[in-house]
Amino acid sequence: MLDRHAEHFPGPIHQPPLVANVDAIQPGVHAEHAYHPRLQHHFDDMEQQVEASTLGMWVFLVTEIMFFGGLFMAYLVYRWASPTGFQEASNHLNVTWGAVNTAVLICSSLTMALGVRAAQTSAPARTQVGWIVATMVLGAAFLGVKVIEYTDKFTHHLVPGPNFVWEGQYPAAAEIFYSLYFCMTGLHALHMIIGLGIMTVIAIMAWRGQFDSTYYTPVEVSGLYWHFVDIVWIFLFPLLYLIGYHYH
Amino acid sequence: MHGVVMVFFFLIPSIPAVLGNFLVPIMIGAKDLAFPRINLLSWYIYVLGGVFTLFAALSGGVDTGWTFYTPYSTAASNSHVMSAALGVFITGFSSILTGLNFIVTIHRMRAPGMTWFRLPLFIWAHYATSLIMILGTPVIAITVLMVAAERALHLGIFDPALGGDPVLFQHLFWFYSHPAVYIMILPAMGVISEIVQAFSRKNIFGYSFIAFSSLAIAVIGFFVWGHHLFVAGQSVYAGLIFSFISFLVAIPSAIKVFNWTATIYKGSVSLDSPMLYAFGFIGLFTIGGLTGLVLATMGIDIHVHDTYFVVAHFHYIMVGGAIMGYLGGLHYWWPKMTGKLYSEAWSKFSALIVFVGFNLTFFPQFIAGYIGMPRRYHAYPPEFQVLNVLSSAGASILAVGYIIPLIYFMYSLVAGEKAANDPWGSRGLEWEIPSPPPTENFTVTPVVTEGTHQYVHPSQEVGVA
Repeated sequence: MLDRHAEHFPGPIHQPPLVANVDAIQPGVHAEHAYHPRLQHHFDDMEQQVEASTLGMWVFLVTEIMFFGGLFMAYLVYRWASPTGFQEASNHLNVTWGAVNTAVLICSSLTMALGVRAAQTSAPARTQVGWIVATMVLGAAFLGVKVIEYTDKFTHHLVPGPNFVWEGQYPAAAEIFYSLYFCMTGLHALHMIIGLGIMTVIAIMAWRGQFDSTYYTPVEVSGLYWHFVDIVWIFLFPLLYLIGYHYH
Repeated sequence: MHGVVMVFFFLIPSIPAVLGNFLVPIMIGAKDLAFPRINLLSWYIYVLGGVFTLFAALSGGVDTGWTFYTPYSTAASNSHVMSAALGVFITGFSSILTGLNFIVTIHRMRAPGMTWFRLPLFIWAHYATSLIMILGTPVIAITVLMVAAERALHLGIFDPALGGDPVLFQHLFWFYSHPAVYIMILPAMGVISEIVQAFSRKNIFGYSFIAFSSLAIAVIGFFVWGHHLFVAGQSVYAGLIFSFISFLVAIPSAIKVFNWTATIYKGSVSLDSPMLYAFGFIGLFTIGGLTGLVLATMGIDIHVHDTYFVVAHFHYIMVGGAIMGYLGGLHYWWPKMTGKLYSEAWSKFSALIVFVGFNLTFFPQFIAGYIGMPRRYHAYPPEFQVLNVLSSAGASILAVGYIIPLIYFMYSLVAGEKAANDPWGSRGLEWEIPSPPPTENFTVTPVVTEGTHQYVHPSQEVGVA
């Protein structure tokens, strides 16, 4: 008997197991159930699996908020330190392209939501794929506009570093503004690219008819991610383009 | 390099990754963590981050310390800042994914009857730790990324020559790195809560106080980072508030120490090796915590700032606390994890060696620091000679204390006695399944009827002292 510490019990106290079905949890006993083919082995049922996946994505989005939060904090501190310099710098951004991109992303959130709904209501595979591809096209359009804007910054020497040229009153603040502009929009664009990758996988899964009303979690959690990336832009657009903007 | 490796690659992942990944599902009656593949991914990410840091170490090291303070790290240092910083950035995601996995698992995978207030205190501690991991780690990730951008692309963010503010870096850095201290110590506190109950044969004194004090530490811990900036040009009023909140965070820590003591009081105490480590933890953590209050006092902090007093203080928390907890937990659950028993005599002996070696290493540093020996210099005036020699001697003894367990643990794997389901006679879900557990832990989901460590059945409670 290897229970070498039994002598420490103060007397013969009855110790029932902490569980009601202690015999059942020992190996050798198997219960047979009808399982959904998509149920992973370590979950009890589909409901638990869906809840875990959804909560997992929400928690991940919380970490993403904190991730972008560091940059927003830096923006806040420097905007507070040199408000006029930031205003001067932001006037060199193209508000029209920014507004177009905002509209594009909001539309992509709509097509994403319709894609989730198509899977949820067991719509035909081509409908599901259609909405997801529409979302991807809009996402790609956003990135295309971003390329136009970045090219414009490069040609006008607005990229921070040795080649940065600023003829306004506040060159130091402008350089920090453009550092933050490229960090924030760059990180956001990276999230868009990752989103396009995810959507490619989802589109293939949808094309193979893997989603219906009993199983659509991947579409749903990918949709959450897509909406999150949109919302980040909804904050970036006014902070970078609109505050202190005046037509000239 | 010592700081980078110890903080990011040992202290932060040690207990959650080694003990948590194993015990969190078992203790709540689940077959596995909610996302087993993400768990594996977080291991791969950890290894990848380790490779970058190892490269930095082998190719000449990094001379910024683990804090990567700007502008030195971005504009001046010629050492391998980029690869070390990338290592930290990458391994951060391993920590984030572990935290995410634990939170979802604890929320969604509990067995029927495993209510929140039946959860073992180890789980509460890991839940609080996970909250810090998911809220804090992304901030250090983006901060390190900004350092990399500034160093590689000359974006001006923290470098005053480019118009940036280096103190902003310190704020962002310590917003994570102070709570990171609680990532290291909270899991150890969870381990101690389990060990103290098992080896006193008593249910914990003040269960809900210990559970909520873990959450309180996690929450308050996010509002104390400014005590690292007392002399960094922060306003006196900000310092005053950070000092006050730093005092506040001592309260939940003290609650735990008092409740462990009350649990041991009049318990049927057995001095096995895990309990020896637990005693070590309680004593050393108390010293580390109280000197933390000394440092949180602004006036005294200005006197002992950047001296060996600070070094001694945080080693009492990190080594005396986190590592004692880790070793205690490793000894307590080793039979469960491996199915093998190790030598009890050798383990008690090594626990003693670790305790003696630790104190001899770090206690002299309190004195050296208090009388003025600064940290981060390779040389010191001759009057500090005796204290430094004592400290070095202690470090050698401490090393022996770490090598002995390595030997008898390895030996137990080869030739150890087979462990029963419950070799300590303690109570909890993990002790009701075989050692080592089968792949899915439980073949049938258990139905839980009461909390852990109920050593006295309610029907017999009357008349028991």
